[in-house]
Amino acid sequence: MHIEHLLTFVTLGPAAGALILAFIPGRLEKVQRWAALLISLAEFALSCLLWANFNPDIAGFQLQTAKVPWIPQLGISYHLGIDGISLLLVMLTTLLMPVVIIASWRSISEHVKAFHISLLMLTTAMLGAFVSLDVFLFYVFWELMLIPMYFIIGVWGGPRRIYAAVKFFIYTMVGSVLMLVGILYLAYSNHLQTHVWSFAYSDLLKAGRQLQMGHSFFTSPQMLVFAAFALAFAIKVPMFPFHTWLPDAHTEAPTGGSIILAGVLLKLGTYGFLRYNRPMFPDAWHAFVPLILVLAVIGILYGAWVALVQPDMKKLVAYSSVSHLGFVMLGLAAGTIASTEGAVLQMVNHGLSTGALFLLVGVIYERRHTRMIADYGGIARVVPVYTGLFLLVTLSSIGLPGLNGFVGEFLILAGTWRRYPVAVIFAALGLIFGAIYMLWMVQRVFWNPFTHEENKSLKDINLREVLAVAPLVIFIVWIGVHPTTFLSPMEAAVRSLLMH
Amino acid sequence: MSLSQFIPFLPEIFLAVAGFAILLAGISLGKRGARGLSLLSLGSLAVTAILIWVVGRPVEGAHTILGGMLFVDTFAVYFKLLTMTASGIVLLMSAGYLERSDYSPGEFDALILFATLGMMIMASGANLVSLYVGLELMALSQYVLVGYFKLELKSNEGAVKYFVLGALSSGVLVYGISLLYGALGTLDLGAIRAALTASDTVNWTLNLGIILVGFGMLFKVAAVPFHVWTPDAYEGAPTPVTAFISVGPKAAAFAMFLRLFLGAFHPELAQWRIVMWIAAAATVIYGNIAALTQDNVKRMLAYSSIAHAGYALIGIVAGTAMGLWSVMVYMLIYTFMNLGAFGFVIMLETRGYAGERVGDYAGLAKRHPGAAAGMLIFMLSLAGIPPTAGFMGKLYVFSSAVQAGYIWLVVIAVVMSAVSLYYYFRIVVEMYLKDGDEDEPAPLVRDRWLDAMIGLCVFVTLFLGVYPAPVVGLAQSGVHALGLG
Repeated sequence: MHIEHLLTFVTLGPAAGALILAFIPGRLEKVQRWAALLISLAEFALSCLLWANFNPDIAGFQLQTAKVPWIPQLGISYHLGIDGISLLLVMLTTLLMPVVIIASWRSISEHVKAFHISLLMLTTAMLGAFVSLDVFLFYVFWELMLIPMYFIIGVWGGPRRIYAAVKFFIYTMVGSVLMLVGILYLAYSNHLQTHVWSFAYSDLLKAGRQLQMGHSFFTSPQMLVFAAFALAFAIKVPMFPFHTWLPDAHTEAPTGGSIILAGVLLKLGTYGFLRYNRPMFPDAWHAFVPLILVLAVIGILYGAWVALVQPDMKKLVAYSSVSHLGFVMLGLAAGTIASTEGAVLQMVNHGLSTGALFLLVGVIYERRHTRMIADYGGIARVVPVYTGLFLLVTLSSIGLPGLNGFVGEFLILAGTWRRYPVAVIFAALGLIFGAIYMLWMVQRVFWNPFTHEENKSLKDINLREVLAVAPLVIFIVWIGVHPTTFLSPMEAAVRSLLMH
Repeated sequence: MSLSQFIPFLPEIFLAVAGFAILLAGISLGKRGARGLSLLSLGSLAVTAILIWVVGRPVEGAHTILGGMLFVDTFAVYFKLLTMTASGIVLLMSAGYLERSDYSPGEFDALILFATLGMMIMASGANLVSLYVGLELMALSQYVLVGYFKLELKSNEGAVKYFVLGALSSGVLVYGISLLYGALGTLDLGAIRAALTASDTVNWTLNLGIILVGFGMLFKVAAVPFHVWTPDAYEGAPTPVTAFISVGPKAAAFAMFLRLFLGAFHPELAQWRIVMWIAAAATVIYGNIAALTQDNVKRMLAYSSIAHAGYALIGIVAGTAMGLWSVMVYMLIYTFMNLGAFGFVIMLETRGYAGERVGDYAGLAKRHPGAAAGMLIFMLSLAGIPPTAGFMGKLYVFSSAVQAGYIWLVVIAVVMSAVSLYYYFRIVVEMYLKDGDEDEPAPLVRDRWLDAMIGLCVFVTLFLGVYPAPVVGLAQSGVHALGLG
């Protein structure tokens, strides 16, 4: 295999796997599960090859595929490449896929084949969005994510799944269609200057930077195009006040769906801000920084407060995502090297710890079929191993030093402090609230007096579930103890992004 | 006039003769022989296509035949082949449907062929009179087809509404043509274009003529505010007829629209553009909003076809070469995805009008996964989601409008296509996310011909979604015929 095909294999591999899966007869559910698992493990192995071949000293895109014309009339081509930032997110995606498949081993019992096909298609779409070097190709992958996720929520979800699926779909779609207009406008301005149609990232980057700023929002092309992109990403992140789809989608999605949603899908929003909004529209970005800061801080505090009063564990974790993603946006908006590196690392961290939290909530839900905090209490005695794991992940989520969350949040806050100390003060309050709502939940679930007799027969976490959560825990500790492994590959890329 | 002049006209002559032959054959067969007649009609379409390829192939530049009545150019060939393909698919889709009905297939097939003949003349007309004759031939056949189920009240109602409003719009069109003739003294498209290019004064008679012709065309493509006939005609007509009138005649009307407004009237672009801008915006907004509340799938698809006419109008507003070929591509894509969706409605429709309510689709994915997957692809495509052809079609049209500077129109269109997701996905929600009535599931018609045609539409919809380049190349070759870039 030639190295320039590696990214193609990584990106389209899951789709090819989905095609293989489609030919396995419907009743062989075990074969389907194993096939999907093997495909996702092979994916992870391939992405480790990416890591091995990645040169951290290069700031630009590397391991690029050949540029293949796709829609020649508009200068659209198939072109993939990776830098330190997308590398980390690709690794996160491929790591989470086997986790999701193992976690869904028992809980998904209907339409097993369709579930895994959706999952694999979703993987291709997410990976494609991270590694596309053609903005149009990025948009296609971006849209492609919607359909499998819609089905994952809508078919295998909870009681209000249809409402949640439709809401998710319409929200994200409204955001992304305006982005399409923005992309077309960028390509058009590029065409005006060069008289060549192109949607290449590098060309549109130049076109975006040269857009006029104008005097007011509505007469400023750069601000408008910025807003078209920002709306799509802000809904995906989700930033306050575009977050209302998230609690519904998270709560209704099956465990596997929630893990992907929190782990990867939301990261596409923050990744979009970093990859597109920030370098493409630097002037508009600076004009919008105060707004983004304010919304990020509101998101941090609001998410935390709402999480505090949730009676449902899964909903609590969902709102905690709003809060955590607020930190990421804060780091991006501050725009220092430390805060941006922290934000990228925090994207990975949130994927790991929130993914693990959803997984663990799913574990107990499968046993008791309730996620209400009030239905538990004092179960630490009954399920000690589970309690230990849950506590570890909780501590990672609230940023205990030595675990991953601390590194990311510290970098974000320290990096932001130099420019926006007031925002840091408010955000730090969010940290405290984060500790309160998580630990309070842990206390009520695991330590309070044992009130529910039916919890006596709860079985502790089994080997399969430990295997599912183990990779996440390994990385939680690894990043916490030795973050340099993960910070060094992205350093050059972050520096070059912030130069402009 | 020598006889050799008629050689390029052979395809049309042949199709007319074939139509009459099938009409006669149908009379002797009565209610039997639906499939045989369909095949025969399909065969005559195929022969016509071959004849077009052999004798009608365009020569260099704009070339007219029959004393300047018809063009022989790539633009005409593109739309002729497109409308004939649509008719062919409809013929095969309707064979089984007619077999199950109480009505005879002979007149049905013959009317489809006559309508096709009208559409071919619309695609190639070089004179306002020949264009009008083609339009009327198509329209009259359509009126009868809509009322084909003569014992059904809804079918009659749709036909009468369609006929009255259609006749009115034809009157408006002819009035516009007469004003044009009064102002310019010619009906020849080339001469009109030359006269418009030469004059630089604003002539209000002329502009009124152009606007009235535009109104007539907006009626034919079912654009707001001339759309009121659409939902009733679509709902009342037998489903294969609905499938037919939603694609073939619409494509032919757009061919005429393009030929007139981006060809002959192009010099007056600045005068009529605002009218088309408003019509496009209103059509996209109204079509999508009105579709939201429809519980009847055929009515919903009627409003959706109004919305799609609006998307295509955006290419006309752009008024550029790219606008032209993007509409041509859009019509082709729309033809296949819409035919596929209607094919699916035919599949679900048993005797009477069952299978038309959205609720009838509940739990379909469980019982018929293949059929449901096909419908999913058509819905995705109609909503314009990659990787389906509908997305590519919208991409080209929207790009052309952005290039021409009509960004706010595109913003309206994309927001409305996000709205359209809701009603297209109502069907998907029913099929995939809801459980059907398991005791008494809605039956599904198994008809191999229908399956094959839906399969063809699925294939084209997906293929063009992934690799649209060849069709675009074909459409681009038609641009020169209209003298644009």
